[in-house]
Amino acid sequence: MTTKPLLKVENLKKYFPVKKGLLGKTVGYVKAVDDVSFYVNEGETLGIVGESGCGKSTTGRMLMRLLEPTEGKVEFDGKDLTSLTSEEMRKTRRDIQMVFQDPYASLNPRHTIEKILEEPLVVHGIDNSKERKKKVREFLEIVGLSAYHAKRYPHQFSGGQRQRIGIARALMTNPKLIIADEPVSALDVSIQSQVLNLMQDLQKDFNLTYIFIAHDLGVVRHISDRVGVMYLGKMVEIAESEQLYAQPLHPYTKALLSAVPVPDPNHQKEQILLEGDIPNPANPPSGCTFHTRCPAKMDICMKAIPKLFEQYSGHSVACHLYSELSGNDIKQMEGSL
Amino acid sequence: MTELAPKIDGITKEKVIKTSGPWREAWNGFRKSKVAVVGAGIVLFFILLAIFGPLIAKEGINDQVLGDRLLPPSAEFWLGTDDLGRDILSRIIHGARISLWVGFFSVIGSVVVGSALGIIAGYYGRWVDTIISRVFDIMLAFPSILLAIAIISVLGPNLQNALIAIAIINVPNFGRLIRSKVLSIKEDEYITAAKGIGMKDARILISHILPNSMAPVIVQGTLAIATAILEAAALGFLGLGAQAPMPEWGKMLADSKNYLQSAPWTMIFPGMAIMLTVLGFNLMGDGLRDALDPRMKN
Repeated sequence: MTTKPLLKVENLKKYFPVKKGLLGKTVGYVKAVDDVSFYVNEGETLGIVGESGCGKSTTGRMLMRLLEPTEGKVEFDGKDLTSLTSEEMRKTRRDIQMVFQDPYASLNPRHTIEKILEEPLVVHGIDNSKERKKKVREFLEIVGLSAYHAKRYPHQFSGGQRQRIGIARALMTNPKLIIADEPVSALDVSIQSQVLNLMQDLQKDFNLTYIFIAHDLGVVRHISDRVGVMYLGKMVEIAESEQLYAQPLHPYTKALLSAVPVPDPNHQKEQILLEGDIPNPANPPSGCTFHTRCPAKMDICMKAIPKLFEQYSGHSVACHLYSELSGNDIKQMEGSL
Repeated sequence: MTELAPKIDGITKEKVIKTSGPWREAWNGFRKSKVAVVGAGIVLFFILLAIFGPLIAKEGINDQVLGDRLLPPSAEFWLGTDDLGRDILSRIIHGARISLWVGFFSVIGSVVVGSALGIIAGYYGRWVDTIISRVFDIMLAFPSILLAIAIISVLGPNLQNALIAIAIINVPNFGRLIRSKVLSIKEDEYITAAKGIGMKDARILISHILPNSMAPVIVQGTLAIATAILEAAALGFLGLGAQAPMPEWGKMLADSKNYLQSAPWTMIFPGMAIMLTVLGFNLMGDGLRDALDPRMKN
């Protein structure tokens, strides 16, 4: 695997203005994504997890500029996407494609599968009509459907089949990066694994890079090389997948992982229960946004915003528990518990 | 025969599954409603009458034979004659062409203009939406017939101007309908998907948003044809639409109002023609609504 970053995100922010009154005066901002930085290497899968409303989908959409970032830089393949004109961005979308959450809503009900799959090629002026139609049939076979499905309409397919169509559409232009926004959360568990395996096979065959957004930790572990955890618009921890699941650092990550059900009836559950609800992103808590629910809260947490920094090689965390301590101290601390 | 039946049934079912696009499904739904089919039958009858009728009943609809004035229905004059001795039946047949012409083209005009404005308002939002929507609100604040009269008094009273006036007063209805539809469609994920593919706005509007917002327009359009025919007749009755000696139904009503007591057929038959056409379009529109409205689908 190459280690060249294909996508680098720096200090990405999205503030939605809250308007009130007759004249639409801005009275505040919802900080949907607040200062998020990460990178994705070529050929790897970065999983992004977090509960609903934490800004993971917003982040995904900003990477494609389907939403305009308020601030920050998105560097893709050496180009800063945020500085492109909308026409240049439109052309760049050939290399970044998206798979959507709801396979029932993401396909136009009035178009045949052929038309849906052909569209990306038409838009970017790739191939002539005959070649395009051939390619549509080829890709239908690749994602596990049949060529004769081309003439059908979306409502004649099941959810899993539709998601395969959605994936085929994303592949048509031979993109480098695919942003998958909860691609399996709308599907049955048995279908989920089929679609995940398909995505993994395709990654090998087409040398794809994935950003995989999900709220299901099991799914993310299965598919991701690295995983980032988001909470209230901030990236709180990011690490190699194995590392994160074996040794989570951030209290929020620990709580999340402890909530994953274990298929063993004798397993002694040590679930960390978080108290309270996710705070309102229009009025986030001071300091560390997690301090209202954190079991390891300290005084500093209410005052200072913790910075994301590299605790171990490739394992970054944004928490005051660690900023003062070295890696060894933590190992000792955990040993003594 | 009984052995063959299920097999044939199976074949037709397979065919339906393979080719059933959204429009075909709507047609299947429409066919099931008897009332709607009756409405469509009435409409079709008047359309055929408008196209072929004048070819059959071509002899002098405007020829005044004063000796034959105000004759009751008979073998020679099936629906009687009017105060100037003209055959009412052939005048009604010719009138069908005028009424349907006004109905169709005024509605087409308002659909085209209303759709364009509605789509722009709904898709681009912000100040464009504000301006267009407020203009619609102002137009809707006037009673429609009053607005039509005002427009005609500017343009001058004749049939063509009546058509234009009716088209204009119906624009805000279609504009608001499309705007609200576009507002909901543009949040659908397949529109985001289309943007994600790298599609241009204009293409998204034409190939995704327009076809998906057409269903309520077709329903509203059918019902609006009925209203337009009524409005044209009303304007004709007031002397602001078709001018004499045009055999326009509303005008015929106006001309015969003095003879209601002595020769009621002069009024009843043109009135029935209006009533039947409007009823036909309304029944058909209701059927279309049931067939096309997604909320009625399971």
